[in-house]
Order: sequence, then structure tokens, then C-alpha cells
Amino acid sequence: MGEILSFGAASGQAARVDTVFLMILVIGGFFFVLTQGLLIYFAVKYRRRRPDRDNETPQITGDYLLEFFWILIPSIVVVAIFYYGWLVYADLRIPPAGATDVYVNARQWMYEVRYTDGRTAINEIHVPAGKPVRFILSASDVLHGFYLPDFRVKMDMIPGRTTTLWVQPDRPGRYPIYCTVFCGAGHSNMTANLIALPPAEFAQWEAGGERGGPEGKGPEALAARGERIMKSAGCLNCHAVEGKKIGPPFKGLFGSRVTLEDGTTVAADEEYLRESITDPGAKIVKGYQNMMPTFKTTLSTEDVNGLVEYIKGLK
Amino acid sequence: MSSPHAEHGDPAVAFETAKLGIWTFLATEVLLFGALFTAYAVYRAKFPALFQAEHLKLDRVLGTVNTVVLITSSLTVVLGVDAVRKGKTRLLQAYYGATVLLGGVFLCVKYVEWTAEFSHGVFPGTNIFFSLYFVMTGLHGLHVFLGMCVLAYVVLLARKGRLSENYTTPVEMSGLYWHFVDLVWIYLLPLLYLIG
Amino acid sequence: MTGNPETGRGYLAERGWRSWAYTLDHKRIGVMYLLTTIAFFLVGGVFALLLRLELLSPQAKYFSDHTYNVFFTLHGAMMIFLFIIPAIPSGLGNFFIPMHIGARDVAFPRLNLASYWVFVAGFLVVLASLVSPMDTGWTFYTPYSAKTGAAVATLSFGIFLIGMSSILTGLNFIVTIHKLRAPGMSWHRLPLFIWGMYSTSIIQVVATPVVGVTFLLLALERLVGVAFFDPAKGGDPVLFQHFFWFYSHPVVYVMILPAMGIVSEVIPVFSRKPIFGYAAIAYSSLAIAFIGFLVWGHHMFTSAMSPLANAIFSFLTFFVAVPTAVKVFNWIATLYKGSITFESPMLYALTFIFLFIIGGLTGPFLAALSTNVQLHDTYFVVAHFHYTMMGGTVMGFFAGLHYWFPKMTGKMLNEKVARIAWALVFIGFNVTFFTMFIVGTRGMPRRYAEYVPKFHAENVVSTVGSAILALGILVMMWNFVQGLRKGARAPGNPWYALSLEWQSASPPETENFHEVPTVTAWPYGYGTPKGPPA
Repeated sequence: MGEILSFGAASGQAARVDTVFLMILVIGGFFFVLTQGLLIYFAVKYRRRRPDRDNETPQITGDYLLEFFWILIPSIVVVAIFYYGWLVYADLRIPPAGATDVYVNARQWMYEVRYTDGRTAINEIHVPAGKPVRFILSASDVLHGFYLPDFRVKMDMIPGRTTTLWVQPDRPGRYPIYCTVFCGAGHSNMTANLIALPPAEFAQWEAGGERGGPEGKGPEALAARGERIMKSAGCLNCHAVEGKKIGPPFKGLFGSRVTLEDGTTVAADEEYLRESITDPGAKIVKGYQNMMPTFKTTLSTEDVNGLVEYIKGLK
Repeated sequence: MSSPHAEHGDPAVAFETAKLGIWTFLATEVLLFGALFTAYAVYRAKFPALFQAEHLKLDRVLGTVNTVVLITSSLTVVLGVDAVRKGKTRLLQAYYGATVLLGGVFLCVKYVEWTAEFSHGVFPGTNIFFSLYFVMTGLHGLHVFLGMCVLAYVVLLARKGRLSENYTTPVEMSGLYWHFVDLVWIYLLPLLYLIG
Repeated sequence: MTGNPETGRGYLAERGWRSWAYTLDHKRIGVMYLLTTIAFFLVGGVFALLLRLELLSPQAKYFSDHTYNVFFTLHGAMMIFLFIIPAIPSGLGNFFIPMHIGARDVAFPRLNLASYWVFVAGFLVVLASLVSPMDTGWTFYTPYSAKTGAAVATLSFGIFLIGMSSILTGLNFIVTIHKLRAPGMSWHRLPLFIWGMYSTSIIQVVATPVVGVTFLLLALERLVGVAFFDPAKGGDPVLFQHFFWFYSHPVVYVMILPAMGIVSEVIPVFSRKPIFGYAAIAYSSLAIAFIGFLVWGHHMFTSAMSPLANAIFSFLTFFVAVPTAVKVFNWIATLYKGSITFESPMLYALTFIFLFIIGGLTGPFLAALSTNVQLHDTYFVVAHFHYTMMGGTVMGFFAGLHYWFPKMTGKMLNEKVARIAWALVFIGFNVTFFTMFIVGTRGMPRRYAEYVPKFHAENVVSTVGSAILALGILVMMWNFVQGLRKGARAPGNPWYALSLEWQSASPPETENFHEVPTVTAWPYGYGTPKGPPA
């Protein structure tokens, strides 16, 4: 494939999908050159040269043998492509034994991650590199998608159903996850990351207990933590630092007076910010919808404090 | 159905044309109800206990009465077609008029049933079974109503003296449509009222 | 109701809006459909340009994300339901089916007029829904469509009406083709456009009722809360997808088959050679219509169907490729040893083949399961269906418009301007949509108002292409208007074609022919018997 059409495959499965792609590309390329070549060649070669003799063409109305072969050959070719496409797909559907399970639930507009040991996260999935991981997918409101372009796989997330998908990241890295089933205003910002860590770092992360500093770099300043959480927890999917999005902006918020939907005003202090994160339905800003989910269980107190501290700094 | 253009001349061709038209139309109707029957099959397989429990809330007696009413109305349609083929257009008016009346009886019984169900707190949004019940009988009822309009129009044509043994097309086409509507009910009754 | 031959205006002789609104003439009804659908094509095109404008920047710049979502929904819904489904069948089909088979009109002219007005009622309801415009995409997937604040029930009802119009038109054509063929017009003497239209009509009649019911259920879910697609009440959103695609997949053949029919007409005329493999082209239309009903599941390979069901749908999908490939081979073989000229209809017909080959050869990527799972819901899919629908159907439509313009209006088009427009359309189209294959393969999902910056370059190129394409279409429309106003008078048969519609005056009389023609040969008898045998 090369870098022009595609980025590097992040797993053995992805590489096999790429070979299917390549095979179809080669076969398609052959038929492309054949048909377009003949089309252009005939059009040029048999263009009318003598206007007065336009009807002197042979009365060819068909050729059964030729037609038989050009029904037969495409039929064989498509069966071959089907078979190869199916083989690779069957492997994609069956997870290998010993895969790590990660539960992912989608809602407008974020991915809620829950590991089997009970910890939770938003929009960031940490897994060990080199081991298979299986995602157990669900959705709370509408259809969503779970697309890992580097792994060439995706699966719909359907309310009322559970679907699964597995990948095996061969190398450590940060791989984007996109929502591919249209889910409303925040659809194109509904992204997440799969973070594959080297086994040693993963063990450290797993032992770390909290979703601490960036990959075990030790303690970090509260505001820096807030800035990191704001990006990773999906706040910016609906809020912007500056300007109206689905939710109100952050810049200059702290210390201002906010008008609520019932006309009253409140001071935007630390308590207001904390409450708006953990119990967002309590006070609705005028001109906005009550649609933000609570982050009470998904963000630790440390995280919320970090966010408050970071917003305070956005003057 | 619109009658064929006068220029197409030959009444035999015009009749054949109208017949192919109405059969094609009935094919689309089969697909229309077919989608709902498919949904029925999917959900009955998924929730057998729900269907078993919920269908008991329907009134089997009224369902049976309505079946008899509709079968009788199909009979009057057959007699009406036979009458017009023999040129007895007054008899046709009587039979088709009776069919319209029977259709009206059917709809009244349906109205009584729905009212009773609403008063028991059962609505289209209650669960899958009642969604299917109300949508299927509602769509069928709409077809009965449209059928009554078409048959009434045929009676009107007959009164104006536009029909004879030489021109029976509207009678036969509307009759076919009525039989189809009747047939749909014959499927709806066991699927909704008489589950296992 | 008879046109006066003295005026030379044929069926257009009568004036005043009543002569149009109440007309039973299939030609006038066809013209009304054409004008309506082309208007929606232009409106839908404006939405497309707005989408491309927004995508110039990775971040929201000109419109909010919600507005972008509304625009792509309206672009899709208008192009599909108000333009591409009715344009060729109801527009050109209405005009030319009776003329092709030597009939005076369709089987049920009053029903035909009723279909048009039901269509108008449908699009008026659709326009009424704009008070709270749709943001669901043209696929209306539940549960989002059941929850969004937009006027989904209104729009569903509008599309239900348009579907009804489509069913009645298809029914009319089936009966017309069966019963009203001129003496001697046996099935194997039918022009291939008729075979395409016949296959299309069957799909319209069989598939449309299902989507009608689906939209009805969606409207009822919003109005009275029926449970069919509501997961909270045990309903299944995936069932909606099954119902939706049971119609919406076959309907792509409603779009493409008539265009293939037009190409099959134009190629022999401008090659001065009989069509190669008539029977294969005719029956492959029916084969496509038939297989088209069995492959809807390939839109749902990632929607939690069982792997076995996926495998069966994938296998069947590949067999759509065979009859389409047969058609392409036959068209190319028709060119062999022809005496080809390149008037604008032929340019568009050749463009159809060129672009459709690309659209067709990118099909197997999406039919093969493993690559489908990679490419599904990315820009690769967007590129694929624009190559088949716009590169295919719309180019076929343009070929038909240029081919039949003299017959419909009695005026010739300016050929030079037509070629300039063609060149712009050809270049603009490829620049716009080929880049989408690349950006899709690189992983850009569709329906994204904002995207990561690594996809920026392709999107800029695509937007530039769309501007060129739009310019080309504007030039074409200008040429049509100029042709109507000051085009030279068209002779009855400017292309020296053999099919029946050209044996009438330009424009034709109200009842098409002075007397019902008797057919003695097929319409592709070009060339000389002296040539070497096949």
C-alpha cells in the first residue's frame, strides 16, 4: 500500500486486510487498464474520418463465444475475491484466547471506558502492546461507531445490543478512534484514543491505581492536569475555550456572573464549576440545552479539581 | 384506477390493460403489508411470551364477528360483479351498496374495539405487540375505508348509467381490490387474535 | 387536444398554465418532471458546494456543526428522492417510453398526471419540514431520527408521498410496456432504454412500498410512540436498517438502469454500428434488478449481523458485478470498427462508461468483507457512490438531455458550448471525487463537519474540483436556456437514429405519430451488411 494511500498497519490483522486491498487493487487495475484502454483506443482509432461514408461499418451484432467468456471470467474473479475477503474477515471476527476485555459504552458524544478491574476512563483506552484486546461495545442513546483506522476495523455501537471487536496492537503507540455512525451535532468531534503501552509501562500504569500523570512521569501541577483531562475526557467535544459550541465557553467564565435559564444569575466560582461537572443538570445556562451527562463517577476528585483550576486560569 | 385513454380503442385491450394495472397495484400492496408481517415474525420469535400474554387482551368475539362481516362483504362483491356481467346494473348497485354498508359495520366494530383498548390503558406505544396490533389493523382499516370510497364511486357510476355488460372494468377492478383487503384480514385475525 | 401541425410547435402548441397543469400528454408530464427535478438538482448542488466550502477548513469555520449536518442531510435527501430517482424514469421515461414503443400515450394518462401532482404534494411537504430542518442524514437511522428535534415525521410523510408517486409511475410504465407496444414491436425489438426502464419499474413497484411503511412507522414512533425501532421498548434499530436498505439498495438500480439504457441508445447511434450483444444487455438489466433485491445487507456488515449472514450478502453482492461488467464490455465492443463522432451526447455517454468503470471497480473493495469493515462509512464509500450515481446516472442523464433536447424542444443546442461544459464537468468531477477515494482509504469518516488536519490537503483539492464541476453545470444550464431561446430549428432526426421517437416531428405532435407505426426491424440496424461477419 505505502504511505500515500494508507498509514502503516498497526497489527498483523490490519496488514492482512491491506493484502486483500492490494489484491483487489491489482485485479481492478488490470481491468481498469484493459477496459479504459480499449475504450479510448477504439474511440480514437474508429473515429469517423470520411463524413460521407458514415454508415460503412460492419454489422456485428454479437459473438456468443466472446460473451460467454466475459461472463465466465468476471464470475470466477469475483468468487476468488469474495473468498479471500471472507477468509481474512473470519479471522477478524474470532478473538484469540486470552484477550483482555475492555468495556466501552458510547453516548453523545464520548466513549466511556470501563476496565474489568473497575477503573473507568473517558475517551482513553490503555492496553498493553503485543497482546490481543477485546472491546465489548454498547451505546446508551443512539447509534455510534467504533473505528480504528490503523487496525482497519470498525463496529457499530447499538442501543439495546452488545457488539464486540478485537485488535492486537503490535507496537506501542497512540491510535485514534473515530465515531463512524452519524450521531448528531458532536459526531465529528467524537474521537478517542487507544494507547498501547510497552508491557513494562502498562504494568506500571495498571499498578498506578489512578489514571495519573502522562505515562508515569510523576506528579504534575493541578492546572496542567486539568488541561490534560479537558482534552482526554471529551469536554472539548461539546465546549470550546472560546465561542459557543454545544455547551458554553470557558474563557473568562471564572469570576463572571452567569445567567441561568430561569433568569436568575449566579457567580461562577469554584463550587459552581465543580457542580457543573458532577451534576450538570442542576444549573442550566440560558440558551443551552440540558444534555451534558454527569462525570461524577468517571472523573476523580483530583481530575475535577484540576479542571476547575485550569478553567480559573483561562482569563 | 384511471381508465385507459380513449384512443387505445379496443375495449378488450383496455380491459386487459386495467387488469394488469390492478394486479401490479395489488403486488405493491402485498409488499406494503409484507414489511409489517416481517416485523411481526421477527418480534414474535423474539418475544413469544409477550405475544402470548398480550393477545389475550384482545376481544376474540368482536374479531370473529368482523371476520364474518368481511367474508359476507366479499360474497356481495362477487354477486355484484356477476350482476353487472349480466347487465343488471340495479342489482349491482344493491350488492355494492351492501358491501359499503358491511365495510362500515366492520369499521364501527373496530372503533368499539379500539375504544375499549384505550380505556384499558393499552396504546400503540405500550409494547411491541400492541404497536403491531394498532399499526396493522389501523393500516388495514384505512384500506377498508378507501375500498368503501371506491365501491361507492362505482355505485355512483352505475346510477349515472355509465356501466353495462359491455363495460364492467371499474366493477371488476374495485372488486379485486376489495377481495385483497378481505384477504389481509383473514391473515390478521389468526396472527393477532388467535395465537397458540 | 391536438397540436396544430401548422405552428411547428407540436405538443407545445397550446399555451397557458392550464394546458400544463391539467395535461394528460405524457410528453408534457415528462417535461414538468424534468423541470422540477433539474431545479432540485441545482438546489441539492448548492448544498453540496456549501459542504465543500466548510470542509476547506478542518475546524468549523463558516457554519456550526449542526448546520453542516443539516446541509448534508438536505443534499442527500434532495438528490436522492427529489432528483435522481424521478429524473430519468419519470422525466425522460415519461416522454420517451410511449414514443419508443410506438404508443400514443402511457396506459393510464390520468394516473400519470395524478402521480406528478402527488410528487409535487410530496416535495411541498418536504419543503414544509424545513421549518425545523433534518439533521439525520438521508438514511434516517433510528434511534437518532426518533430523538432529534427536527421535523422527521413531516419529512417522512413527504417522502412517503414521493414514494407513492414513484410506485404509480412504475406501475403505469409496466402496463404500458406490456400492453401498448405498436404492431410488430416484439420484446426483442424494444430499444434497450425500454429494457432499462422496465427493470427499473419493477424495482419501483416491489421495493418502494417497504420503505413507505418504514417511514410511516418512523413517523408513528415520533407521533404516538410505537415501539418498532425503540430499544427501550424492545424494538430493534437494526430492523429499521434492514427495511430501509431493502428499498434503498435496489433503488440505486432504479437510478442506474435507465441511465444504462440511455447509454445503450446513444453509443450505437454515434458509432453508426449495431449494439453488440443486444440480448445480453437487455437481460442483464433484469438480472441486476433481480440480484439487487438480495444484497441489501452489504450496507450493514458492521451492524451486528451474524458472520454467516455477512458472508452470504457479500457473496451475492459480488454477482452484481457480473451483469454490469457484461454491459460495459458490450458497449466497448460496439465501438469496435465503428464510425464514431463525438457530439455532446456521445461525449457524455463515453464519460458514463469511463466513470462507471471506476465506480464499478471500486465496488469489490466494499463487497469484500474484510476491506468493507475497513472502508465502511469512510469517504471511500462517498467516492464510490458518487462515481456510480453522479459519474454514472447523472452523466447518463446529461447524455439523454443532450441527445433528446432537439426532439423535446424542436431546437438544436450550441455544440461548442456543450463541449466546453462537458470538459469542465469531466475535470471537475474527477478532481472532486477521486481525492475522496484517497482520503477515505486514509481513514477519514464520512459526515464529519470537522476533521483532523492530516486530511486537509485532499479536502482542499476536492473543494477546488467541486467549483470546476459547478461551473461546468452552470455553463450547461446556460446552454440549455440559450438553446431554448435561440437554438436553430431541429430537424425530425438530427442524429439519423433508427428508433421510433425520431420518426416523429421535432417537437412531436400531441399523439406522437400521425398513424400508429408498424415495426418491422429492431432499432439498431446501423452499418452495412457488406462488412465482415462477426
